[in-house]
Amino acid sequence: MPTARPQTILALVMGCCAWLWAAGPSLAAEIAPTKFTTANGITVLVLEQHVLPIVEVHALIKAGSAQDPPEKAGLANLVASLLDEGTTTRTSKQLAEQIDFIGGTLEAKASEDFTTASIRALKKDADLGFTLLADMLQRPAFDKQEFNRIRTQLLGEMASNNDDPGHIAMKAFNQLVFHGHPYRWPVNGTEETLSKISLADVQSFYGREYSPSRVILIIVGDVTLHQAAALVQTHFGTWKKISAPTRNQKNSLPIERKTVQLIEKDLTQSTIVIGHGGLARAHPDFYSVTVMNYILGAGGFSSRLMDSIRDKQGLAYGIMSHFDARLMPGSFWVNLQTKTETTNQAITGVLTEIKSIRDQPVSDQELAEAKSFLAGSFPLRFDSTAKLAQVLAQVEFYGLGLEYFTQYPKWIDRVTKEDVQRVAKQYLDPQRYALVVVGNLAKAKVNR
Amino acid sequence: MMPLFLLIAASSLLFALASPATATETREFILSNGMKVLLVEAPKAPVVTVQVWYKVGSRNEVMGRAGLSHMLEHMMFKGTVKYPKGTFSRLIRKNGGIDNAFTSQDFTAYFENLAADRVELALEMEADRMQGLVLDMKELTTEREVVKEERRLRTEDDPQGALVEALFAQAYLSHPYHWPVIGWFNDLDAMTLDDLQQHYDTYYSPNNATLIVVGDIKADSLLPAIKQLFEPIPRGPEPRPIATMEPEQKGERRFLLKRDAQVAFVMMGYRVPNFSSEDSYALDILDSILSHGKSSRLYQSLVYEQKSALAVGAEYSLLQSDPGLFYFYALVSPNQKPELVEKSLNREIKRLQTDLPTELELQRAKNQVEASHIFEQDSNFRRAMLLGQAESVGAGWQKIDQFVERIRAVTAKDIQRVARQYLTEDNRTVGTLIPVPPKQPGTPSSAARQGKP
Repeated sequence: MPTARPQTILALVMGCCAWLWAAGPSLAAEIAPTKFTTANGITVLVLEQHVLPIVEVHALIKAGSAQDPPEKAGLANLVASLLDEGTTTRTSKQLAEQIDFIGGTLEAKASEDFTTASIRALKKDADLGFTLLADMLQRPAFDKQEFNRIRTQLLGEMASNNDDPGHIAMKAFNQLVFHGHPYRWPVNGTEETLSKISLADVQSFYGREYSPSRVILIIVGDVTLHQAAALVQTHFGTWKKISAPTRNQKNSLPIERKTVQLIEKDLTQSTIVIGHGGLARAHPDFYSVTVMNYILGAGGFSSRLMDSIRDKQGLAYGIMSHFDARLMPGSFWVNLQTKTETTNQAITGVLTEIKSIRDQPVSDQELAEAKSFLAGSFPLRFDSTAKLAQVLAQVEFYGLGLEYFTQYPKWIDRVTKEDVQRVAKQYLDPQRYALVVVGNLAKAKVNR
Repeated sequence: MMPLFLLIAASSLLFALASPATATETREFILSNGMKVLLVEAPKAPVVTVQVWYKVGSRNEVMGRAGLSHMLEHMMFKGTVKYPKGTFSRLIRKNGGIDNAFTSQDFTAYFENLAADRVELALEMEADRMQGLVLDMKELTTEREVVKEERRLRTEDDPQGALVEALFAQAYLSHPYHWPVIGWFNDLDAMTLDDLQQHYDTYYSPNNATLIVVGDIKADSLLPAIKQLFEPIPRGPEPRPIATMEPEQKGERRFLLKRDAQVAFVMMGYRVPNFSSEDSYALDILDSILSHGKSSRLYQSLVYEQKSALAVGAEYSLLQSDPGLFYFYALVSPNQKPELVEKSLNREIKRLQTDLPTELELQRAKNQVEASHIFEQDSNFRRAMLLGQAESVGAGWQKIDQFVERIRAVTAKDIQRVARQYLTEDNRTVGTLIPVPPKQPGTPSSAARQGKP
């Protein structure tokens, strides 16, 4: 779907949360998919789940916005957005009618490292699900009219995104942190870069990047391994392999000094983002960083930032710290919204906590609680067939190995207090960081 | 990344009810103090969701104290004698669980998702705070500021959020759906500990609550533990029913909201019945034909053909305590006129009133309902939430089981009839967000500069 319904509507009618919503219950404690590779190079993982008559097919294509030419940022996303807008055998409307008629869902979207296209259907409609997904991936029409329509639609959504201060802040933050790096631009591009993309660019990106050897296909649900393998062969067996371009890993340059960007907007709150570079998903420090970040600001009401900024000072409704670990090193950031008058107080509070977790070891209790949550809640992360399929795809994509599902608690458990302080010193920097504030600048008087 | 998303993910199920056909039965028990307990054995994974639903929301508030139910929800995390401040979520998390709560116009609900072998911890803590909440002035003072930040985030600084708030305020003149769940700033400032205590004493009693547990449990062996924990809690007063009803609307209401925004936004809300009317099923299918999926009428017409809207939709939930709104919304494409978008919405409504929907459309809508009822069962949390909502708004959880059957019986003529009866000009409130330039001229000027380390 190109666009979500405005989120605020439901939120307001429905009500409000004490704090952020989290994952629901899991599907299975033991996750042991079968993995194989097709003759044309597709990596396939099948996980049988026979409790409900549901089939989820999730394709991950190893090409994302990181592969966009800098002057044409938004290309991978535009390609993904056009996948369900018509194939050589079905119009956009026919695709929509077919999936809607069976009550299924069909989705395609790009992210920085990869693109995903997925379908969910009842078991009885599994064959149609495979048919539609295969058609989209192998025979997109890239019709000129649909191209123009979707590009205009994406430009309109960009305008609408500018009503969201969080979006504005993150866009600015990424440009500071990923200077000269493929992660610099928003996945959907900018007004300027999107306008430069032609239909020929779309066709050539597709031709270059969409090859079976770069596809991970995940099938979860009420099918047997045998059935799944046959469906893959029938629908994806004739997809022609092309030689895949090689990729260069790129590290963003570290921020050399404190960099401040202030963006004026007539608002009652300041939206604040503070952070800098981070680490890659496959880095061995990832698990120590996860534990450290939980204690700092990812642990909900158990986190230091929540305790200090929200519970003690009443400065924000939500505050969270993030390590976005990707194929290449990603970023670290803390974000919050606070009323204009308390902007500086909140920024100081965040920096104090960042400094503190570097300077002193965390307590035994904090460490134990973080580890017991991360290990204990691990099964809650796969709260639906769709989520399970997504996680499987990413485990495969980032090369974590299928032992991830059994080893994760152990990898968390071996993190020590010393590890936490070491990675805090290594991956957090209270001096050299990017700070973005969106809000009423005259009143906020942000300290430089 | 932000809570809103997640809230929506969960609330979308309100519009796609399900009946657990292949699922295990819901078992109902009434405790000696009047508390209703619903247990569902779903052994597919060793996890469980525990939810306590109180029949209290913003509809139970009075003028001058809008937001009291939601404020109390926040204060419910501030501790009891047994589990003092800061221990509730921490203890749940330490046990690998996740907890939270949400407040709506009609209900307030608390939940814990955790490993099935920890179910008693969640039950024990919920039983504890059903009666032992400690309300402290210092905590209220801080939490009031947190809730005000929440209001700024959701409404003050969100143009669409602000329009939704205004729509309800215009559509309901006397009924408490008039005010927002989050409350008004002045009312938040005016709230006292006494207000909260009284609200707690009135509504947080076992006879006004429903406990729901869905997951890897055995109902027969869990029930004694539940009885032991909850039955000692004395029955509370029967809350007074809400007396204020909204009179019939006689004529269209219209308003504009002018503020700094990038794109215009149009909403139309029609007053419609809730679950207590048979028409609610036809209205639900009507919603589906209009807005479910990219082949639906509104998307095809406004987004695909005319390109006048970036997003469009209709929403209706029959699970409301009192008659609610069937509302339409459209995010207007840049350089398009909101008046034309409104005309297009009206044209689609008119079409439903003059021509019967096709058999294909009707079948599609029914297939969508049936498929979603299977998909819903993918998550214990969603199942529990459906039961909780149906029970809390007074429909009764059994309504969920009957839903698919009732939907199957809806005919094309029913749809035309309800479109004619309810989607009328005199019965609606139309609100339009008109973007105006920001107060300070020289809009989004941004200047990066290097500061000192």
